[in-house]
Amino acid sequence: MNSIKQLFQQKDKNLLSIYFTCGYPELDDTAQVISQLEKSGVDFIEVGLPYSDPLADGPTIQDSSQKALENGINLDIVFDQLMEIKETNKKPLVLMGYLNQMLKYGEDKFCQKVVDCEIDTLIIPDLPMVEFENHYQALFDKYGITNVFLITPHTSEDRIRKIDSYTKAFIYVVASASITGAKGEISNQQIAYFKRIKAMNLQSKLIIGFGISDKETFNTACAYANGAIIGSAFIKNLGKNGVDKINKFINPILS
Amino acid sequence: MKSKFHPDKNGYFGQFGGAFIPELLYPNVKELEDNYIQIIESKEFQIEYKSLLKDYVGRPTPLYLAKRLSEKYGATIYLKREDLNHTGAHKVNNTVGQILIAKKLGKTKIIAETGAGQHGVATATVCALMGLDCTVFMGEKDIVRQAPNVARMKMLGAKVVPATSGSKTLKDATNEAIRYWIQNPETFYLIGSVVGPHPHPDMVARLQAIISEEMKWQLKEKTGKENPDTIIACVGGGSNAAGAFYHYMDDDEVELVAVEAAGLGVNSGESAATSQLGEVGIIHGSKTILMQDEYGQIVEPYSISAGLDYPGVGPLHAYLYESKRATFLNATDQEALNAGYELSKLEGIIPALETAHALAVLPKMDLKKDQVVVINLSGRGDKDLETFIKYLEE
Repeated sequence: MNSIKQLFQQKDKNLLSIYFTCGYPELDDTAQVISQLEKSGVDFIEVGLPYSDPLADGPTIQDSSQKALENGINLDIVFDQLMEIKETNKKPLVLMGYLNQMLKYGEDKFCQKVVDCEIDTLIIPDLPMVEFENHYQALFDKYGITNVFLITPHTSEDRIRKIDSYTKAFIYVVASASITGAKGEISNQQIAYFKRIKAMNLQSKLIIGFGISDKETFNTACAYANGAIIGSAFIKNLGKNGVDKINKFINPILS
Repeated sequence: MKSKFHPDKNGYFGQFGGAFIPELLYPNVKELEDNYIQIIESKEFQIEYKSLLKDYVGRPTPLYLAKRLSEKYGATIYLKREDLNHTGAHKVNNTVGQILIAKKLGKTKIIAETGAGQHGVATATVCALMGLDCTVFMGEKDIVRQAPNVARMKMLGAKVVPATSGSKTLKDATNEAIRYWIQNPETFYLIGSVVGPHPHPDMVARLQAIISEEMKWQLKEKTGKENPDTIIACVGGGSNAAGAFYHYMDDDEVELVAVEAAGLGVNSGESAATSQLGEVGIIHGSKTILMQDEYGQIVEPYSISAGLDYPGVGPLHAYLYESKRATFLNATDQEALNAGYELSKLEGIIPALETAHALAVLPKMDLKKDQVVVINLSGRGDKDLETFIKYLEE
């Protein structure tokens, strides 16, 4: 069974996921970031693969990716780092990257490495459904990997139902039609959208992301979904306060 | 007529193309995909588009027999004078068409990316004409090297937003335009080249196809034959080449020559010759040939010409390259500058630096006296005077 789905069997409310960029702030911080997040009580972790042209990311994650690439990060180093922690890390990991990274690395080689690192869930924001259906579904099935689809306030009901039928981990509910970046608050319009999705009674668990930044926005999101992802706000904090202070960011959110 | 160089239903030219877009953009792209052909083929659109091209843009553009250039290179060389279009380049053919599509779809806010600034100016122009709000994203580096076009955009009422990420050139301007589009899905992204997710490459190619449509009857008038022997055009993203090749792609007897920017030399590490340096990859929502490192990180290209300074190429061109239907040559900064001066002195025409790359391959080609060659003179060089003058002084 998919690792995130297994997690949902133990806990299906108020799940906190944190996104971080591999190789940021320092090249070798990956293991420590993951272990600090685990200790702080985060439920699952999104590991960002730094990309030169991250179209679906806002300035904070763009900057962290740029810095990580300047630090010398690459996919081989990422996989080495993840291999080293696979025995000790107990939290499910989700890999987030762009399709070109997988394409260039070699699709089969990439999938095999993912499996070797005991990871089974991918988020590839620029992998569209039609390409998934025509090619990637079979590839991922071969390796027991699944990918997470995103839905937005503009995704039609038919399309959401289709995505629901493909989902083995969770549906990533994009809080607003925007690129990632801490917004500070959740609007009534967004709440209406969360309610609409919740009322669809999908088989998939829902995790809300984009614009979730603190305890308040996290709690609001959790009222309408199984959990939420914090990305940019965490990266900002990481850049400012460093790896040692991760628990100081997480604790107030979970308190 | 169905051509093997038209995209399939998923927007593929052979293995290239598609629409690799985040879900956030799906509704926008789908709306365009569902409507663009119907709109373009409608009588209403055709009447308005053709009338604007004639009375506002100044089409048809002349097909000019360049006698002194022909003499020098021992061939019969015609110049398709896209530089004589309103705003000074072929870019306006596309913006006039897309602004009509945007209006038909009820869009009021227009965004665009620009490299050399020609597409930005052409977009700002049609937005002024239609009274629509216009924002143009432009690399910080290009804002400096194409200052006259920045001033023109501002005078036309457009907002120019600098792209400060990456190489601060066309690639990054396109990234910023797409990011803005994701955040503001009500806007219409008026893309400037045959790049981006399907249906953008096909839509832009159809709107630029007017270039080869005119070439056919103009050549018939002048030479008695619709077909030339050779067509030469420069390629950054590839919109002027797509337009110049469009109606000839299925005629194998017509040699198609695409010229990329080699910068300081194809293998100098400072180049934008994508077909020579790239491999299959995804950029701006399209699978194409892409300059990238071994981990798929996009490599920053280099060319003296802002319009050719792009690490990818439109999917149609990737297919023309892979299928060997088109020959891909390249020209360095130096060769392009020389060619720019040569055309100025031989024919009294100052070409854009982009266009100068197309001219620069003439000395490298094995031309015959009666060979009919059409060079798509995609733009004029006013915007590049500073670069040309600097070179003259050196």
